[in-house]
Amino acid sequence: MPRAPSACPGFSRKNRRKLGRAYARCYVWEEQLGPARSPTRTILQPARIVFLGDHRRETHSLRMTATNGQTTLSIRDLHVSVEDTQILRGVTLDVPAGEVHALMGPNGSGKSTLANTLMGHPAYEVTAGQVHFKGQDVLELETDERARLGLFLAFQYPAEIPGVRVASFLRLALNARREAEISVMEFRRLLMEKMQMLRMDPKFASRYLNEGFSGGEKKRNEILQLAVLEPELAILDETDSGLDIDALRIVADGVNRLRGSDLGVLVITHYQRLLNYIEPDRVHVLIDGRVVESGGKEVAERLEAEGYERYGAAAASEDA
Amino acid sequence: MAVKDIEQVGLDTYKFGFHDDIQPVYTSPKGLSEDVVREISRQKDEPAWMLDFRLEALRQFEQKSMPTWGADLSRIDFDDIHYYIRPQDRQARSWDDVPDDIKSTFDKLGIPEAERKFLAGVGAQYDSEVVYHSIKEDLEEQGVIFLDMDSGLREHEEIVREYFGTVIPNGDNKFAALNSAVWSGGSFVYVPEGVRVDIPLQAYFRINAENMGQFERTLIIVEPGAYVHYVEGCTAPVYATDSLHSAVVEIIVKEGGRCRYTTIQNWSTDVFNLVTKRAVAYRDATMEWVDGNLGSKVTMKYPAVYLMEPGAHGEVLSIAFAGEDQHQDAGAKMVHAAPDTSSLITSKSISRKGGRTAYRGYVQVMPDAERCRSNVECDALLIDDRSRSDTYPYMDIEESDVAIQHEATVSKVSDQQLFYLMSRGLTQEQAMAMVVSGFIEPIVKELPMEYAVEMNRLIELQMEGSIG
Repeated sequence: MPRAPSACPGFSRKNRRKLGRAYARCYVWEEQLGPARSPTRTILQPARIVFLGDHRRETHSLRMTATNGQTTLSIRDLHVSVEDTQILRGVTLDVPAGEVHALMGPNGSGKSTLANTLMGHPAYEVTAGQVHFKGQDVLELETDERARLGLFLAFQYPAEIPGVRVASFLRLALNARREAEISVMEFRRLLMEKMQMLRMDPKFASRYLNEGFSGGEKKRNEILQLAVLEPELAILDETDSGLDIDALRIVADGVNRLRGSDLGVLVITHYQRLLNYIEPDRVHVLIDGRVVESGGKEVAERLEAEGYERYGAAAASEDA
Repeated sequence: MAVKDIEQVGLDTYKFGFHDDIQPVYTSPKGLSEDVVREISRQKDEPAWMLDFRLEALRQFEQKSMPTWGADLSRIDFDDIHYYIRPQDRQARSWDDVPDDIKSTFDKLGIPEAERKFLAGVGAQYDSEVVYHSIKEDLEEQGVIFLDMDSGLREHEEIVREYFGTVIPNGDNKFAALNSAVWSGGSFVYVPEGVRVDIPLQAYFRINAENMGQFERTLIIVEPGAYVHYVEGCTAPVYATDSLHSAVVEIIVKEGGRCRYTTIQNWSTDVFNLVTKRAVAYRDATMEWVDGNLGSKVTMKYPAVYLMEPGAHGEVLSIAFAGEDQHQDAGAKMVHAAPDTSSLITSKSISRKGGRTAYRGYVQVMPDAERCRSNVECDALLIDDRSRSDTYPYMDIEESDVAIQHEATVSKVSDQQLFYLMSRGLTQEQAMAMVVSGFIEPIVKELPMEYAVEMNRLIELQMEGSIG
């Protein structure tokens, strides 16, 4: 399904190549402001420029502004089917910059479909609706372009890549979003710092990516990538599944440390458990491919007490 | 959408051929005859026994039939090949004639200028005399001999005569017979007892060598307790004048000695690469073949180790990479002829764009070779649905007290892997290259550093293509 390579025609891959050095110069400049695709668009976002400053308080106050006005991720009436089966039937959802939103729903409600669609998995076909991220039409972008724009998906089932070490993979991934390559030493320092934060054994860095990892190690590795790559919006797809309580705490702790002015989070979960550790600003309930309720964290608490049955028979039949 | 049709991921190597319009000064007439063999021997001023060896080999070649298994060899026309071109006449090409694509591949691989000319066939002389001389002096002090085979025969006739053709007789198989009849160039290495050669000996260190010839002949003798690592070939593409490359490599590793022989073969994709490699390992000796086959149209190559005495150990690590119209039929052969011997075969193959790879292995345990251990692992990676991989693991075990393992896997680069890597910002080419280099990592890490680096860069280059 070939598509236009980029939402900014001036910076499609072909044009980029043509522009050569001129583009490179733009790109350096753009890089200083964050990984936005179009320089023009970046300078139109005052909040983002201030984020570069060192003054924590200042950015924080601006975050409030952003929360009120700026929407980082905007999903409108999204319809998605997989192998001709309709899964999402009109999802509408906003995750403003820097907020943490929870998406809850029973199995089969379409939670993972939404996560995979947002990241551009080829098996998921968007039949209607729009997704915008930082003002850009995400559906026009390839998976890797979405990633470089600042989207991140912590996978429920991360793929195993034998023979590729965690550290070498992460360095390449980090360099993919930087104009100037990070030095090996500097990367090493960064990686060790983040691994320490997640209480990971340094030996972990030289293991093969996800190969032979326990369920908990896989999830922790996803959060490590989140910490190193510093995206602007992270989707956590059932990150709590398969974690014991200690691992859950460490992972939640990691997310909470990363949480702040820059990082928006969409936490996808079946259970309320994780939300005890990562407190959401908003909670959305997804049933049968539609968001049926949105509210504060009390929505999650009520779900914990009453289950999904209250949303109708369709959801009542299942449970993990 | 995100993951493009796999077909679009260009892994093309050499779309360009290479032709040579300039006539060398001396070239044997096309085709093979007794006159041609006699002329080769006369040109080299060889002793009579070598001429006899060649003539006997020619008779064997004429009698033997083509192999009926393996790759399709029907397109080899033995009458359409020059069997000998004098090396000093080979450097007739000019750098300007080298296609830009090749030059840029050299650029991307970071091959030094002098070496590039050598590889592109512009100069038969690799211009690193200074480097070579200092290495050569060190080696000479230790009593190590490292020469091209022709010089070896001239300067150390007794040693050559004692070992030449003893591991691979001149009638071993049709292509070994062909090589025995018309051989030229290759390396002669002799490592005296107890000497450890610290640096890998690389074929291209040798100056004015005929080592890139079509019918090279290599003989390595490792005396008791000695060690040597020999490296031939390179990751950069090599352009051949004729479409048949048929080498013979014989290695003798004596008691407690160790030899590692590393090959990176990257012939242009019109070459039939049919090579016979065999080593004998004596008591407590170790022989390791590390074999990478990237180029050529057809490769048939099964490095062998004959484990002759207790404690001998043999290893083959091989990578084969087959693209469009390529057939890599590679493998290994281990013969356990004594008790308490062990062997390890690890084979990795990658097929793409309709390419075909095969692992063909043979493990033999002779009667009374008790307590032998052999472990065979062959993994194939298919990049697309058109490509093919076959496994032919032959085992011939005539002793019951042995431990033999065989494991074979075939995998595909999954959409899930690509999606995962791309979701972190890698392009599809980078993602594909990463999966492939991970797949061959267990073997690449055994290569000398500079080869490992070049190998990974080469894989990346091959993944670059028509996307975008």
